[in-house]
Amino acid sequence: MLLKNNGQKVLGLIIAIILLLLFICASIIYGYTDTTWKMALNAFQHNNGSNEHLVITTVRLPRALIAAAVGCSLAIAGVLMQTLTKNPLASPDIFGVNAGAGFAVVIAVTLFSIGDLQAIAWIAFAGAAAAAIGVYIIGSVGREGLTPIKLTLAGAAMAAMFASFTQGFLVIDEAALEQVLFWLAGSVQGRKLEILLSVLPYLIAGWGIAFLISSKMNVLSMGDDVAKGLGLNTVMLKIGAGIVIILLSGGAVAIAGPIGFIGIVIPHVARAIVGIDHRWVIPISGLLGGILLLLADILARYVIMPQEVPVGVMTAIIGTPFFIYIARRGFNAK
Amino acid sequence: MADAIETKNLTLTYGDTIIINELDLRIPKGEITVFIGGNGCGKSTLLRSIARLLKPRTGAVLLEGSAMAKMSTKDIAKRMAILPQSPLAPEGLTVMQLVKQGRYPYQTWLKQWTEEDEEKVNRALKATGIQDLKDRTVDSLSGGQRQRAWIAMTLAQDTDIILLDEPTTYLDMTHQIEILDLLFELNEKENRTIVMVLHDLNLACRYAHNIVAIKNQKIHAQGKPEHVINCNLVKNVFDMECEVTIDPLFGTPLCIPYGKGRCIIKRAEVGNG
Repeated sequence: MLLKNNGQKVLGLIIAIILLLLFICASIIYGYTDTTWKMALNAFQHNNGSNEHLVITTVRLPRALIAAAVGCSLAIAGVLMQTLTKNPLASPDIFGVNAGAGFAVVIAVTLFSIGDLQAIAWIAFAGAAAAAIGVYIIGSVGREGLTPIKLTLAGAAMAAMFASFTQGFLVIDEAALEQVLFWLAGSVQGRKLEILLSVLPYLIAGWGIAFLISSKMNVLSMGDDVAKGLGLNTVMLKIGAGIVIILLSGGAVAIAGPIGFIGIVIPHVARAIVGIDHRWVIPISGLLGGILLLLADILARYVIMPQEVPVGVMTAIIGTPFFIYIARRGFNAK
Repeated sequence: MADAIETKNLTLTYGDTIIINELDLRIPKGEITVFIGGNGCGKSTLLRSIARLLKPRTGAVLLEGSAMAKMSTKDIAKRMAILPQSPLAPEGLTVMQLVKQGRYPYQTWLKQWTEEDEEKVNRALKATGIQDLKDRTVDSLSGGQRQRAWIAMTLAQDTDIILLDEPTTYLDMTHQIEILDLLFELNEKENRTIVMVLHDLNLACRYAHNIVAIKNQKIHAQGKPEHVINCNLVKNVFDMECEVTIDPLFGTPLCIPYGKGRCIIKRAEVGNG
């Protein structure tokens, strides 16, 4: 643990907030269209309708805010899932929650031409919930009940299944493929601010509840029996945390498509910095998740300029080596 | 005096398998009670059910006369602590953080951490002799130290009743005695009611005021070790031939099993005695 006492942790939190704001600014300024921070300032104060000003207010700003919100949500969902399942590999993407939400949205948008943003959000929640409940049920079947290994296998199977469904469906329907391909790879680009605003209330609710249950999550992390013995209502807490996970991952997918690796990587980084107390891990993870996605999205603009790499690909490039590291360490430790 | 714990017509099942059948049990206040029995006889299951970790199929568990099913789980946690079998602390948790969790039942949204909490935590660390380890992580401790840390957590909970499921499992002989001495002292000095599952019959006889032998989903015998432990009981409960003699140091029953092994004295008869 990098930061030892509460004073250092408060400082770390403040630095993370400042970094997040800096990266939001950087995301607004840097990119293919050459802009400066002065231009950005002008664009918000007296917008003259120039190309640069339009790019800043209608493209870059939504993009930056979406990256921050989505990164934050996926990271917090990852923390809750890892504690809930006692599994260091748990995250919305590995356990198929993102894929479930993604499949639901693809079907809704292409097959039923649903365009209403609120409706898409709820469809994403439903898809996330179906995948999460599916993983839980499959992982619980059998004599010894829910074990981390069975849960991981069930999650991997669920992720593969929904991804295959989506692919199979898109192979049949080529027009639909064009419509959703970039979204499916995970991207925060080309999204309007309205999309974020329609989902934001659910995300804020998710962040808030996650923070409120953080000290209860500490108790739960000591094991179900110990937690129940200490008078924690574990069933209620698990249902609550499950709802938060569904809101945050479903909401993130509805906005940006299934973006991987933030949910698994960030909680581990956060714990390395502030230790295992959820009252610190949850807010720090949220901030770091936003920072990582902003960073990945800025890099995505420069890798093959003037083309852009989907940000989901960027997070995968950053996340894969880390994932292998955690997988080796996590299973050796047990 | 009211019993600390009483079960009435308690039936416990895993799926359709009956583990404990219509059990009536009274656990006296201020004493050390030890559950004994063969593997899979249901003694741990019974303890878990008393600790409300397992819902009974039928019947009820009473805590000082009132039905636990009707009490709030947090209120129960202020009166009864449970240390499950081989609990696992999350990686990186410090001893201090672990012991502090024992105060969870006393915390509310408004009242987070008080001086009383601090004092109870310090007392628990002191009683278990682990003040010097409080900044170490639990996973870096030896087995005996780790078990002390967990017991400190249940002490911080500040309850009259403490339940422990095999608190000496995986510990070497020195640490087994150390842990049992600690529990014995807590009972002597602070009059706490202690209920535990133990595998070592001889240690059970030495430390328990009250033994509950479980066999065939029922209580086979209950009472003071010196009254209930004899070779007939061991034969019935554990299905094992033995001699029961007297512990030369403590005078409590001492069970010496028959079986194979090197015999270096002349013996009149072996087994079936």
